[in-house]
Amino acid sequence: MKYQSQKVALAYFSVAMGLFAIQVLGGLLAGWIYVSPNTLSEILPFNVVRMIHTNALIVWLLLGFFGAAYFLVPEEAERELFSVKLAYLQLAILVIGTLGAVVSYLVGIHGGREFLEQPLWVKFGILVAAVIFLVNISLTALAGRKTAITNILLAGLWLLCLLWVFAFINPDNLGLDKMYWWYIVHLWVEGTWELVMAAILGYLMLKLTGVDREVIEKWLYVIVATALFSGILGTGHHFYWIGLPGYWQWIGSIFSTMEVIPFFAMMSFAFVMVWKGRRNHPNKAALLWSLGASTVAFFGAGVWGFLHTLHGVNYFTHGTQITAAHGHLAFYGAYVALNLAMFTYAMPMLLGRAPYNQWLNMTSFWLMTTGMAFMTFTLTFAGTVQVHMQRVIGDYYMDVQDQLAMFYMIRFGSGAMVVLGALLFIYSLAAVRKTAPAAHAVGEAA
Amino acid sequence: MSEILTKSRARNVFYGGSLFFIAVFVGLTVQSHNYVVSTTPALTDEVILGKHVWERNSCINCHTLHGEGAYFAPEVGNVMTRWGVLDDPDAAAEMLGGWMDAQPSGVEGRRQMPHFELTDEEKRGLSEFLRWADQMNTQSWPPNDAG
Repeated sequence: MKYQSQKVALAYFSVAMGLFAIQVLGGLLAGWIYVSPNTLSEILPFNVVRMIHTNALIVWLLLGFFGAAYFLVPEEAERELFSVKLAYLQLAILVIGTLGAVVSYLVGIHGGREFLEQPLWVKFGILVAAVIFLVNISLTALAGRKTAITNILLAGLWLLCLLWVFAFINPDNLGLDKMYWWYIVHLWVEGTWELVMAAILGYLMLKLTGVDREVIEKWLYVIVATALFSGILGTGHHFYWIGLPGYWQWIGSIFSTMEVIPFFAMMSFAFVMVWKGRRNHPNKAALLWSLGASTVAFFGAGVWGFLHTLHGVNYFTHGTQITAAHGHLAFYGAYVALNLAMFTYAMPMLLGRAPYNQWLNMTSFWLMTTGMAFMTFTLTFAGTVQVHMQRVIGDYYMDVQDQLAMFYMIRFGSGAMVVLGALLFIYSLAAVRKTAPAAHAVGEAA
Repeated sequence: MSEILTKSRARNVFYGGSLFFIAVFVGLTVQSHNYVVSTTPALTDEVILGKHVWERNSCINCHTLHGEGAYFAPEVGNVMTRWGVLDDPDAAAEMLGGWMDAQPSGVEGRRQMPHFELTDEEKRGLSEFLRWADQMNTQSWPPNDAG
């Protein structure tokens, strides 16, 4: 860690990991309600559990991105952050907003647009926090060295914050509501977040492999170009059946098929850089997470996304467990694993020591990844049965669900494995033995 | 390859191409917006109230509506067709109200829908909202009444 102000990332990562624990525990409870539906049904209904599961995920991933930006931009720009106080103020606003949202969900006060259920005051809080962030990080970057990594990271973060405006636009017409809702949901995860992902991955590759910056940055531009060229019009794959014109079936099918390209490119990029790189970096766990993230993102977002993106297929699979299978693996690979890669890389430096607990950390990778892969396979099979029974034969929804009971039990088991891995991961980063040698020079040399 | 595709060329392709696709997307958005407005039935006060009821109770986090939402409870974008009350507002409101009043069923091993305290006006609004949604042009999705 070269710059003192990078330290704010520690607070962001810590809060993010706390929310990560809440998110997976919420998911586990939701998975259990599928198995045993009377659980807590009177006091904590499924819809509230699910809001906590999804909202906690989104907030902690964003906190991870913000923390990553505060960690890497000073190093890239070669100067201290514009303001450390603003960075903490931003975090405080986000923490208060998050806690406020959770409490209000528990007492039944919430909106009803999926993922955007936060009360209005929380939405404004997020807006204020986003503005503070953009000012702080942009002034830092503008005053210092400009690199492709910061350019792409800032482009992604600026656009994602701007798209937040659509959280305030809720037309009375359901068709319009749905269309503009996707301007946040799709253009975040299949557009702007990919820019953030590519930038962070590029930074990690630069540090972990020692490959020439010029090579890395050129390929970063190629990757993010394919991400936006496919992803923007790829929004059309959500527009097939929600009251929009029929031409979206063709635009959506063609462009969202190409959305596989950036994920394939990121995976290839990561592996090629590791092969080309000469550096033998001591943080093996960070390297495992980086390669793992790009690989699982390719399968989860790329392969499982393509599986049901063509409109002829999606006509039958839309809104089934196939969607759930894809959603889980894509989020885990692309954004969860990437954030965990960054945490794993940065935490030892933030604490001023050599990489620690690497064996535990890598075990948590395999636990989580295996669990998540198993969950994806299970839900894919469940979805296939569901599609056939419900969409082809025409059996009623609840009759079909009764036939899927066994899959939901297996899904709960795989979910428990993910939770175990997640808690182990948090433990591996949080539990730093005081007696360990403080060889912090090793991390800084990288 | 490396001489043709320099870093600055890659950067220019990224910025220029992205602006092009954003422009196309904005154009199609305008067209789609007008399409939605011109193909959906008129919005009544009841429908608007119903949408607020739908949102305030976070129905989307169990049900799907036109395939979007949670996959814990049945699709409701075509529920009025499934119940055979699409063209009968009174029967639709009665059916929906009766269903909601009976929740939660309390049956062991059965998914539970919470009990929602709604006024008659709100129930009527919700059923009008669902009837309205059922009349949207969803390109003949879902494939059958099961939703």
